[in-house]
Amino acid sequence: MSNIEFKKNKKLDCSFAEFKNTDLKLVSGLILKDFKLAFKTFGSLNQNKTNAILICHALTGDQYVSGQNPITDRDGWWSRMVGPDKPIDTNKFFVICSNVLGGCAGSTGPKENKDYDKNQDEIYGRDFPSITIKDMVNAQAKLIDALGIDQLFSVVGGSMGAMQALQWSIDFPNKIQTIIHIAGALKHSAQNIAFHEVGRQAIMNDPNWHKGNYLGKKSIPERGLSVARMIAHITYLSEDAMHRKFGRKLQSRDIISFGFDADFQIESYLRYQGRSFVERFDANSYLYLTRAMDYFDHSETYRKTLEFINNENNHIKYLVISFTSDWLFPTRENKEIVKILNNLSKNVSFLEIETDKGHDSFLLDEPDLDFAMKGFLESNFGKEDE
Amino acid sequence: MNSIKSIRKDWDLIESLISAKSRILDVGCGEGDLIQQFKENLKANVHGIEKNQDLAIKGIARGLNITHGDAEKDLFQYANQSFDYVILSQTLQAMMDPKKILIELLRVGSKAIVSFPNFGHWKIRLQLLLWGKMPITEGLPYSWYDTPNIHFFTLKDFENLCNEMNIVIEKSIGLTNKGKQFSINSSILPANIITHEAIFLLSYKNFEPIKIKSKNKLFVKNSAIIN
Repeated sequence: MSNIEFKKNKKLDCSFAEFKNTDLKLVSGLILKDFKLAFKTFGSLNQNKTNAILICHALTGDQYVSGQNPITDRDGWWSRMVGPDKPIDTNKFFVICSNVLGGCAGSTGPKENKDYDKNQDEIYGRDFPSITIKDMVNAQAKLIDALGIDQLFSVVGGSMGAMQALQWSIDFPNKIQTIIHIAGALKHSAQNIAFHEVGRQAIMNDPNWHKGNYLGKKSIPERGLSVARMIAHITYLSEDAMHRKFGRKLQSRDIISFGFDADFQIESYLRYQGRSFVERFDANSYLYLTRAMDYFDHSETYRKTLEFINNENNHIKYLVISFTSDWLFPTRENKEIVKILNNLSKNVSFLEIETDKGHDSFLLDEPDLDFAMKGFLESNFGKEDE
Repeated sequence: MNSIKSIRKDWDLIESLISAKSRILDVGCGEGDLIQQFKENLKANVHGIEKNQDLAIKGIARGLNITHGDAEKDLFQYANQSFDYVILSQTLQAMMDPKKILIELLRVGSKAIVSFPNFGHWKIRLQLLLWGKMPITEGLPYSWYDTPNIHFFTLKDFENLCNEMNIVIEKSIGLTNKGKQFSINSSILPANIITHEAIFLLSYKNFEPIKIKSKNKLFVKNSAIIN
């Protein structure tokens, strides 16, 4: 018998849903019998349970979408977007955000104990099964069911979150009314896989990685993980934004050092990004999640899938957003989704926002994004029958 | 339900050409005022394409289905005959390839509604004749060097093109510069001179399907004679 238990954790300031004997079938073929998801909710569910919005986080995000993140002691990653009177207004909507399966902020993943019940000190590490975006979404769907919500008003996500949102619309079309897909794609491109591979190689070549068993050896592959983060961070920016922000400005010096210190501000900035990432993120989790993104590919199947489940997704309102300077998930790739939806006469809106802030635009101050999202959500709320 | 008051006078005319509960695509929809009107008044399923980011955002924020993009590149993504009506209001003269756009409109929609300013209006003729300069009127208020309108044509030119393309003009309505409405076909005065703005309802000629029998397949094509 499967059973679900909800627990609260004061220290981590979030809730846990513990699934036992649930038999989560993974795409890889393996079955995850027991797992837990860490999640946070904001606002309150209305009586008819029609105002729930699931927010899917990106690669290095977590359940702390708004409010304070107790791990970093900083604001949640989308505090700008989610909260009372914010574009996703928690006075109106009940917002749920869960740490993805394979993550490292409390949900079952490589750094968690294999058996969280018996408090045995045996950590998954490299024994954690390979997971996909579809698996993450399956686990989320079980959480939404457990919360007693039949239909989500919206699933919202950027980057890896956009992949999850798209997967929701494919696997559970009748459980959602709208989706907001920001800076994603039908597939992870060869270039994106390439960047991920460089990051993974940096981690796995760090002698402290110990073939994934670093926690057992009480060490952390800090250098590898921080290099992986530095590479990834470059892909989240754009050349223009980097030039605008840093140019060739020197860091704490007037002349170059003729050495390999962080002479330039951009170097110092990347080193800082790398260092601070190590404090909050698990190296194995990074391997597993980047792999999940790499395996994401609906380029051949999306159209056919939509045609087959035609009657179940005609009610969905899609909003796809891209950014002009995003070269990781460029407009072209986002538009692939829009083309198919338009071709099949679905209810879709598409917006390309002009900005030089690159892929990370969705996390940054982008008033046009806020306005479009707020308007889209609020104008469609309560009008599901149109 | 309060019917939304038309902002532009041709909109009511366009609305009168459309039957209720249809599927409509407005090419160059701006912030979606026209399709919002159809959504509320006609209970239509409405979609739009808009090139300008600020306008597209405003339309999307109203909950309308709007694709931010360039009609000349993005119309191809819609399936054949997937709309009952495709509207092109006051934009044909700004298109790079108006003929291709007309083909696309009638590929995507079973009917097209096209409105445009008539370059054959007497005021324009008079300005060119008297001053010898590119005319500037209320309908075409730009100087020649900064106008978005790159293809000027008259009512007659448009009718000729439709004829050449085997497009049927189901209805044609003219508006004088004072906003007076008349039917272009039955006008006593020469329409090409008094029409300030023209609205056309277009469709393809309905040919009997031509059936071509081959050994094992039966080909049916409605538009066999076109192109």
